[in-house]
Amino acid sequence: MAWLRMEGSEVGSVAATVASHTDSNVILWFRTFNAICRSGFRRHATYRQAALAGVVTNTVFGFLRCYVLLAVAGAAGTAGGYDRAQLVTFVWVGQGLLAVVLLWGWTDLADRIRTGDIAGDLLRPVHPVTSYLATDLGRAGYAVLARMLPPILVGPLFFDVHLPARWPTVPLFVGSVVLAVVLCFACRFLVNATAYWLQDVRGPMVLWTLGSGVLAGLYFPLRFLPEEIQRVLWFGTPFPSLLQTPLDVLVERDPPATQAGLVALQAGWVVLLLAGCRLVQRRAERRLVVQGG
Amino acid sequence: MSLVIDARGLRKEFTVRVKAGRLRRERRSVVAVDGVDLRIERGEMLGYIGPNGAGKSTTLKMLTGVLTPSAGQARVCGLLPVPQRARLARGIGVVFGQRSQLWWDLPLRDSFDLLRHVYRVPAAEHAARLRRCRGLLDLDGFLDIPVRQLSLGQRMRGELTAALLHGPQVLFLDEPTIGLDVVSKQAVRGFLAELGRAGDTTLVLTTHDLADIERLCHRLVVIDHGRVVHDGTIAELHRRYGSRRLVVAELDAALVTPLTLPGAPLQRVEADGRRLVYALESAGVAEVVAGLAGLTTLRDLSILEPDIEDVVARLYRTPARSG
Repeated sequence: MAWLRMEGSEVGSVAATVASHTDSNVILWFRTFNAICRSGFRRHATYRQAALAGVVTNTVFGFLRCYVLLAVAGAAGTAGGYDRAQLVTFVWVGQGLLAVVLLWGWTDLADRIRTGDIAGDLLRPVHPVTSYLATDLGRAGYAVLARMLPPILVGPLFFDVHLPARWPTVPLFVGSVVLAVVLCFACRFLVNATAYWLQDVRGPMVLWTLGSGVLAGLYFPLRFLPEEIQRVLWFGTPFPSLLQTPLDVLVERDPPATQAGLVALQAGWVVLLLAGCRLVQRRAERRLVVQGG
Repeated sequence: MSLVIDARGLRKEFTVRVKAGRLRRERRSVVAVDGVDLRIERGEMLGYIGPNGAGKSTTLKMLTGVLTPSAGQARVCGLLPVPQRARLARGIGVVFGQRSQLWWDLPLRDSFDLLRHVYRVPAAEHAARLRRCRGLLDLDGFLDIPVRQLSLGQRMRGELTAALLHGPQVLFLDEPTIGLDVVSKQAVRGFLAELGRAGDTTLVLTTHDLADIERLCHRLVVIDHGRVVHDGTIAELHRRYGSRRLVVAELDAALVTPLTLPGAPLQRVEADGRRLVYALESAGVAEVVAGLAGLTTLRDLSILEPDIEDVVARLYRTPARSG
């Protein structure tokens, strides 16, 4: 018993009820949220080699996509309403944004449901959606530094890029990225939450990977599509709000009113899908089976 | 004394799908917990045991608000576990031997700090509790190591600390010593015993290791097939299930036919017939010794007190009945 040193009833004083607080609940909630965010940042900052591998891959694919889109623009120099510099910015910022919104590769929740570790999340006094969201925002913060900045810095070294000409574009872009991160989190949470019913989420995950890649504007800008289809995608699905909207806002593809409208639409999707996450979580908890012991 | 846990008629049914043909699947209902009543006073240390699949962990999950009961009701710390789960979480601590509640990629120190914010514990209170746990569980050597790199024994010390940092009224322990080596087991037991002696934390312990129960718990609840089959002290369990002392006789040479003694049935023959084990029923030790001494030379004799494992094994093997 090398590590145990008994000192009378000292252990007893370990236990006591939590003291009452003088701060308001809102402030305490933000402190908790902030602490979970910071822990999300730290947790992901430990995987530096993975970040480096991701950056190299995104940068290589950046060149590939860039040359393809510039070829599409051809001699005319425009495609889908973008000029060459806008297309370059679209690609290189998109390559960085991909890891920030994290379209793919997140199965944490599904894994914890499958193994039963979700019980640990439910035993904490923070709603699971809030807790996972805060962690994801921390992760996204780290991804901005480690995954988004390198491609954004590499692109202009080899191509002419579009820089925002209107000052409101910058704050609008920042807001749009934050909304895209939250929205993408909500989508991933919902895909993962199918594990409550299915146990194995490979099917929904394949659908999500295919659907999000095409419909979020990663493979090609959605503005290449006919306008009717664009309308259906923007208003009928959350996908364009994940990547296409922040990138369109940044490259100033549309006039200011449309820019703001697209971000407002993103915000609408965020509210709807976060409410969906809470609803799904509540229903799932009612029929939850915690696996194994 | 006041009731900290008051569960009445707790029942949990799961639906499982069973293959019933090439494509067809049938839904079948499985009762995991079938009308469990449990009343636990503040400061009690309760052992909650049963064979695999008996419903122990399911009961614990219903009491902590993780699972919704199919029927029955429970109050823990005066709260309804499922509807008031977030509030209840601040009043209880849970340690799962087979799962980690710590953050895999964070050092223990960061995990503890995060827990302070999650449970909204004032900094001074948190620091005081952590200081005591650091001393008692000797955490200092690995506070800065990520949880994924800790040994099982180190992780379990971390889990215990994490479960206590917000000062819970009730500590639920689901097989806290599983997989631990003897030294770590003793240490965890010692820590829990000390915690229980202080008297302000209620401990509910499920385990397959009955030494945990003997060392820590005065009261024992045995569950089988989802029903409580015993609720009382360990001594009461021995009395109720007729635990018998054993007489182990070591002989110089094996008997041709092992001796049958009235009131002391022969339990087993070992060491090629040179060790006989008798269970004392109506006969006394003296009668067994006298019976054996007349026939052969006794080399050694020992008397074994009733073994809780033996009783519980017999209890598990008997068909379920209401307790």
